[in-house]
Amino acid sequence: MKKKEKRSPQTALREIRESGALYLLMIPSIIIFLLFTYYPMYGVVIAFKDFAPSKGIWGSEWVGFANFKQFFSSYQFWPTIKNTLVISIYTVVVTFPLPIALALMCNQLHAKRFKKFFQVSTYLPHFISTVVMCGMIILFLSPSTGIISKIVGLFGIQLPNLMGSAPAFPHIYVWTEVWQHLGWDSILYIATLSSVDPSLYEAATMDGAGKFKRMIHIDIPALLPTATVMFILRMGNVMSVGFEKVYLLQNTMNSGTSEIISTYVYKMGLLKNQYSLSGAIGLFNNIINLALLLLVNQIAKKLSDTSLI
Amino acid sequence: MSQTKAAVKGTKIKLSKGDIIFNVIIYTISVILILVTLYPMYFILIASISDATKVSGGQIMFWPEGVSMKAYRQLAEYSQLWVGYRNTILYAVVGTMITVAINIPVSYALSRKKLFGRNFFTFFYLVPMFFTGGLIPTYLAVQKFGLLDNFWVMVLPFSVVPYYIIVGRTFFSNSIPEELWEAAQLDGCGYLGFFFKIVLPLSKAILAVIALWAAVGQWNSYFNALIYLRNDALQPLQLVLRNILISNQTISSMSSGAAAVEAKQMADLIKYAVIVVSSAPIMCMYPFVQKYFNQGVMVGSVKG
Repeated sequence: MKKKEKRSPQTALREIRESGALYLLMIPSIIIFLLFTYYPMYGVVIAFKDFAPSKGIWGSEWVGFANFKQFFSSYQFWPTIKNTLVISIYTVVVTFPLPIALALMCNQLHAKRFKKFFQVSTYLPHFISTVVMCGMIILFLSPSTGIISKIVGLFGIQLPNLMGSAPAFPHIYVWTEVWQHLGWDSILYIATLSSVDPSLYEAATMDGAGKFKRMIHIDIPALLPTATVMFILRMGNVMSVGFEKVYLLQNTMNSGTSEIISTYVYKMGLLKNQYSLSGAIGLFNNIINLALLLLVNQIAKKLSDTSLI
Repeated sequence: MSQTKAAVKGTKIKLSKGDIIFNVIIYTISVILILVTLYPMYFILIASISDATKVSGGQIMFWPEGVSMKAYRQLAEYSQLWVGYRNTILYAVVGTMITVAINIPVSYALSRKKLFGRNFFTFFYLVPMFFTGGLIPTYLAVQKFGLLDNFWVMVLPFSVVPYYIIVGRTFFSNSIPEELWEAAQLDGCGYLGFFFKIVLPLSKAILAVIALWAAVGQWNSYFNALIYLRNDALQPLQLVLRNILISNQTISSMSSGAAAVEAKQMADLIKYAVIVVSSAPIMCMYPFVQKYFNQGVMVGSVKG
């Protein structure tokens, strides 16, 4: 779609003048972005310095890669990387395909009222805030008073203290995520399916394809392009597991699997005031994310024609 | 169109055996999913109005027992909660207005093909989606500009959202054709006049979508408050909730004199009640604004 035209200086000038009013519309956002987003980008240099608040970013001493070395060699390095990867990959593996499956299923519901009710009730948990969600998880999983232990107790099973168990943490995190966002994440796919040409189904039925076969050969291919774009976007964020939920669910007993990069950055930087070390960890995380995004984008470009950038 | 529909309907009547089994499986799973989704929310509601001892004893499962509003009455007296409520409403209202006012004009500007330097500006707004300065440098910047512990830190510094800009841009480039601008230009209308008098009235849908996203975001977020606010009087609802639900901060007025077990049971009951009080408004609003949310997901999905 792009047309490359050579512009003469005069037309360029005229275009700038004509765009003047449009620039006006952008000014407030540009100022805010420069101050609070681009200016801090320059601040990443503290990762290569021994930052002391009294000296300021510029005045602090350069230390090269010392902060990175300190992080790589600390006993926290492998556990935080591993925890971040475990939680994020587990999350993608479970929460990426399930909404697609739900959309395929919802598309097969033909009772109109029931379908509507199904959709509205599965969307609803999306509106629970993270704090409340975590509060609910802790309340429900309490081994002495929680409703889940009571229900399981009816079948004679004694539930251990799941919130205090490190191996249980990733499961709790991922499956509560599914409970909360499954319905919501499927909206896009449901909408995509509703635009499939009905004559395709008709033709398939003529050829003797049952409901299941129609789903496999019509619905799934229809979802692929959307799913690819969503997948690329997800991969770009693989290393940035949501801080908010993990931090709230974290306690000293489950920190063996719940200490992830973002919670570690927060603790090191703002609670222990190790600004430079924390900055280095954050930068490291950032770079891996960017690399992953570009990589997945490239792969997707090769495999299909869908890509983001 | 109606013919194909009739044909599809016609085929539905004679379901094969495989299709019937398929339907049974699908509907069974759907019903189970609905139960699993709704029950926890229903349980919180009935637990919050039941007798505290019965709730922690596991006697409450399907309907409330020993109904009382005790927990709610205690909450009513807990002023910090209502201060948080008021703050969140303020942040949501002011923050939403700022977010819409700042992002929508950018979306529009970027959607105009005539904008000189369009690629450069698009790049400028997109880069932070993939690369940011990180927590510490951002904190230092906020500190430097004197916004720590300040009302404005909750509504201003992070109000430019690349994702909203892209969604808006897609909307404008699809729904405001270049010809409309050319016609307005002939009538002596400038870019700004065109934007305010013609584009905005035509774009209520996208305004509603962005406003809703921003409002819900403000309602839910606690991260910025956790990092940039120290002052109790500025705390938003979610931080107050965190103190009650996660950090187990007890509401002072109730633990006096009560036996330890009873106090713990009451604390749990208060948690159920506080969940209801804090989530009910947004859940009740949801059915009315649902169509905008769905619309938003659709607008957002179109590649720009």
